[in-house]
Amino acid sequence: MRKLGHQKHYYLMLLPGMVWLVMFSIVPMFGILMAFQNYNPGMGLLKSEWVGLENFKYMFQLNDSKTVITNTLIIAVGKIVLNLIVPLVFAILLNELRNLRYKKLVQTVVYLPHFLSWVIMSTIVIGIFGYYGVVNTVFGYFGVDPQLFMADAGIFRQLIVGTDVWKEFGYNAIIYLAALTGVNPNLYEAAAIDGANRWQLIRHVTLPALTTTVVLLGVLSLGSVLNAGFDQVYNLYNPLVYSTGDILDTWVYRLGLQNLQFSLATAAGLFKSVISFVLIYISYRLAYRYADYTIF
Amino acid sequence: MVRNTTLGSRAFDIANIILLGLLVISCIYPLWYTFCVSISEKSAANAGLVTLYPIGFSLTPYKEIINDSMFFNAFWISIQRTVLGTGFALLMTVLMAYPLARPQKDFKTRNIFMWILVFCMLFSGGLIPWYLTIQNYHLIDSIWALVLGGGVPVFDVILIMNFFRNLPKELNEAAVVDGAGPWSVLFRVYIPCSIPVLAAVALFISVYHWNEFFNGLVLSNTQSSYPLQTYIQQLVVNIPVGTNLTPEQYKKLSELSNRTLNSAKVFIAMVPMLIVYPFLQKYFVSGIMLGAVKE
Repeated sequence: MRKLGHQKHYYLMLLPGMVWLVMFSIVPMFGILMAFQNYNPGMGLLKSEWVGLENFKYMFQLNDSKTVITNTLIIAVGKIVLNLIVPLVFAILLNELRNLRYKKLVQTVVYLPHFLSWVIMSTIVIGIFGYYGVVNTVFGYFGVDPQLFMADAGIFRQLIVGTDVWKEFGYNAIIYLAALTGVNPNLYEAAAIDGANRWQLIRHVTLPALTTTVVLLGVLSLGSVLNAGFDQVYNLYNPLVYSTGDILDTWVYRLGLQNLQFSLATAAGLFKSVISFVLIYISYRLAYRYADYTIF
Repeated sequence: MVRNTTLGSRAFDIANIILLGLLVISCIYPLWYTFCVSISEKSAANAGLVTLYPIGFSLTPYKEIINDSMFFNAFWISIQRTVLGTGFALLMTVLMAYPLARPQKDFKTRNIFMWILVFCMLFSGGLIPWYLTIQNYHLIDSIWALVLGGGVPVFDVILIMNFFRNLPKELNEAAVVDGAGPWSVLFRVYIPCSIPVLAAVALFISVYHWNEFFNGLVLSNTQSSYPLQTYIQQLVVNIPVGTNLTPEQYKKLSELSNRTLNSAKVFIAMVPMLIVYPFLQKYFVSGIMLGAVKE
């Protein structure tokens, strides 16, 4: 009885956070109705004309939408795959280091780029790959003419995926390294006594210890296939690379906040939100079924 | 550990040390390069002559920044939003995590709240409805748009909640037997037991606030309400939007940018992060692992 008396305190504790949640997450959800209207800011949500699915039909008729969806998928899937594999290889190599101080040094340095914003990082990336950047300076030593890397639609996606992997590989390796600390050193010893060489130790002891983590992370990243990374692309792209670099999020931003096509932008945003939500739901179910993973 | 000293194994070790060394250089060099450009002679930097070390020496960009009131204004806004945003979010997060960490028999409606939170974490109304909502609250150009606009950090609530749930039940029971109510249990027992986790979460939230530029961009109508990252984003990456940009024009635009000054600004914006990085490092590894904690 006494414990149930605590409930009003629990509600009181939840109150400020719930008000915050309602104001900035739940109220905006009603704005989704705009996607089914020809929204007019002067008339508001209640009086604007209802158009059913017109905005969605129009959106898919636009050539831009096909380009943008393709780009988003290619960039996001590229990032997902490489952000699983590169940190995995890195963690295994780090695990093979025998000098512990060197290991610590490597770890300290490679985590750093994760904590710098894409605003800072893209400035640096442009400083390096830009027309007056260091890559062109070095090309100059070999008599190669300076290249406009940042304005080359042919390499933009590779550049985006590559710089993202570079920025995050250290940080993404943390979870693998943690899994490796759980490996019993006796396993290595026993295998070595049985005559296993270096490669066989990695193949039969290190890798199996990481399989569950890789699979789990892979499944959970399913929800990101429409997330190509707004901050990064927005800070690195320019009109010359729209054909390969424009993604859903940047498109929604330009449609909505620069061209003020509120309804169309909301429809495009809703398309992304719904698909991502379904994919995340599926990934959580899979992770729960096969790895016993729950978020709460 | 058994040492494997065949020739192949030794060669692998050496190759491995070199490869990881190159990765380390790849992470440090870009920062070093930015610093070098910022203190180089302007003409050398603009001609793209800097590679491994500064060419010439000039502190002119840093002197210009000292006299740039917009830069300091943006810096100050970033500090305010980081301090207010982190403090506020941390308090709300802890207050939400505690009741949600109660078993359902103690808090009947727990699961309903839980589902609402998870739904809000996974689904959003999208950019435009969010922007129009904040505009309706008349928060544009206000520091509160930056402090509150990002919404409840639901993931952090769940993280702290999971940590609370893994604390021994006896802690709670003993305190209740001694006559403590929920508020004193939370503030006198649970919070003191969770300092490392709360530190990790506080650091994550403050890194978010310090690095965030987009809300600063769309929720500000005037340049004087930009936080630092938005200010830098505007001056460095300011390429006009329009579909008829030619490569020639793009080249011209790169020529126009003041490389030494921009590098100096970027470098100064990095300094606070470099200063807190050692503290961050102490806590973020444990923070990440908490995300993986289950019952």
